[in-house]
Formats: sequence, structure tokens, C-alpha cells
Amino acid sequence: MSPAVRRRVFLVAAAGLGALLLWGLSGLPPFGVYLGPYGDVLNAVAVGERHATNVVAAVTFDYRGVDTMGEEYILFAAVIGTAILLRAQRDEEEQRDPSEAVEGRSAPPTSNAVRVLGLALLGPIVVFGVYVVTHGHLTPGGGFQGGVVLATGALLVFLSGEYVTLLRVRPEVLIDAAEAAGAAGYVAVGLAGMLAGGAFLDNFLPLGHAGTLVSAGTLPLINLAVGLEVAAGFVLLLTEFLEQTLVIRRREAP
Amino acid sequence: MSVLEVVVLLLVAAGGTAVVLTRDPLDQAIVASFYGLLLGLAFLVLQSPDVALSQITVGAVALPLMILLALAKVRRNEAERDRPAAREAGADQAEERP
Repeated sequence: MSPAVRRRVFLVAAAGLGALLLWGLSGLPPFGVYLGPYGDVLNAVAVGERHATNVVAAVTFDYRGVDTMGEEYILFAAVIGTAILLRAQRDEEEQRDPSEAVEGRSAPPTSNAVRVLGLALLGPIVVFGVYVVTHGHLTPGGGFQGGVVLATGALLVFLSGEYVTLLRVRPEVLIDAAEAAGAAGYVAVGLAGMLAGGAFLDNFLPLGHAGTLVSAGTLPLINLAVGLEVAAGFVLLLTEFLEQTLVIRRREAP
Repeated sequence: MSVLEVVVLLLVAAGGTAVVLTRDPLDQAIVASFYGLLLGLAFLVLQSPDVALSQITVGAVALPLMILLALAKVRRNEAERDRPAAREAGADQAEERP
């Protein structure tokens, strides 16, 4: 196919796509106008039914909890897939020259400003991450957001040039176990709902007083499980990638 | 649509265009991070703080970080592949050397 023909075919397709998009857009409700009854109903009943002041969390972790479980497992599968690919390569490298594999795990030199800033931010970041995870049913946030914030702590440790410390506080077995426990925890809460006599992911725990930290039944538990899974998943990805690049950077150094 | 919403949507449009116009992947990761922040701001202005928080953590932190890590790894691999090939110019087994 010559470039001219290809361009003509593309232009026809692009014009068709544009026309369909405009047609579809013209049928949408006006900007900022909400027509569906679902959101209004939930806004009216969620706090009374689930004692969760964050209605979004009540939807994602309770009313539509199965959807969110699928999302969690998308992330889980992605992390596991990446880790498997990277670990296979790492094993190959270590087989090639095992003698150098240990000594080279040093971090590149870091400026004192970055080091101080990174370590000073570490505490507040971890506290903030825990806050976002544990208050998911009360205020905006939850396991996914808080988990990524927590994992940022590991990134700060690396940026501060403390990669060796990172390896020490991150025993591979523990992170793998946390990742698995977080993923399994969600399903465990769902199965517990069945054991209690309800449906899968039934909110079977006492709902408590709306607006307090321990309330909304299973929501905080699910948030903790998701937070654990997401944080461990990102730390796992981070360290697998870093191990790869550092092993090779060490080889360039001498 | 309020003035604030118009401003933030225009900023998002400008940010998205900037990501496309940045051609070097390393620069693009940083621009994409800034774009993620703008998108988070847009969600906040449109009154969805939950989504804004997800957008900021994933779009402004996690995604650029993964791009940077992947770039670092790819470049190391390339550097590693090029070096022995240059040193052992003409040797048949250049690829198999560590």
C-alpha cells in the first residue's frame, strides 16, 4: 500500500471516528448534570445502612465489593508477572558471576540535601499512608491510595542513598508474604461473610458508631488488606527493578 | 461550568499536549508526572476527592516511577550489550559475553 493510499484510508477512518464521537457526545447530559438514580439513592441511604461517612468507600468496598476485588487482583497479577520476569533475569546474572553479586550492591553517591530531605520526609509519609488507609471509610482515600503512599516511603529510603538499609528492612520473604496476605485477606473477609450466613462479601460485622475509626463493619478490614497488598506490591516492583539496575551499574563502575 | 473548572480543564489540555510533544522518554516521564498532578487537580475541582487522591498517587508518582525504572533497566541493558561488542569487535560470540 502506497503512502498516499494509506493516508486516504486513514483520513476516511479518522473522519468516521470523529463523526461518531461527536454524535455520541451530543447525546450526553449537560456538563455537571447527573441523571442516574443510583448515586442519589446511595447518597441518601449509605450512611444509615453502612455507617460509612465516605459513600464512595461504601460503594467500592461493600455494595460493589466484588468489582474492587477484581481490580485488586489485576494489580496483583501485574506485580507477580513483572516480578517473575525480572527474577528470571536476575538468576541468570547471578549464575554468571556469583562472586561479584554481593559486593556490588552499593548505592550511587547521594547529595546530603537529598539524603536529609528524604529521611526527614520518611516518617510523615509513612504516618500519612497509614492514616489514608485506616480512614478510608471516613474520608477520601483508602487502601489503594494509602498503599501507594506507603510504598513511596521505600522510594524515599532509596533516594536517600540507603539502598543497603532498604534491603535489610525489606526481607524478600516478608514482602512476598505481605503481598499474598493482602490479596488473600480480601477474599477471606468475603468468605467470612458467607460463613456468617450471608452472601459473599456480606458486611457481617457490627457497624459501630458512624464517623468513628472502628465503624462500618468490614470496610476498614478490607481497606487494610488492600493497603497491605498495594504497598507490598509496589515495594516489590521497586526493589526488583532497583536490583536489576544496580547489579548492572556495579558492573560499569570498575 | 465555573471559571475554575474552565481554567483547570484548559490546563489539563495544555498538559496533555505537552506530554505528546515531549519526545525524549526520560523528559516525558517528568512531564507525565506533572500532567498527572494537573489531572488530580481537575478531579478535585470537579468534587471527586477520592479519584483525585488515586490520580495523584498513581498518575504523578507510581506511573512516572515505573517508566523511570524501566528506562533505567533498558538503558543499562543497551549499555551492557554495546560494550563487549565494541571491545571484542569482530568476535563471533559478542552476544554471549556477560
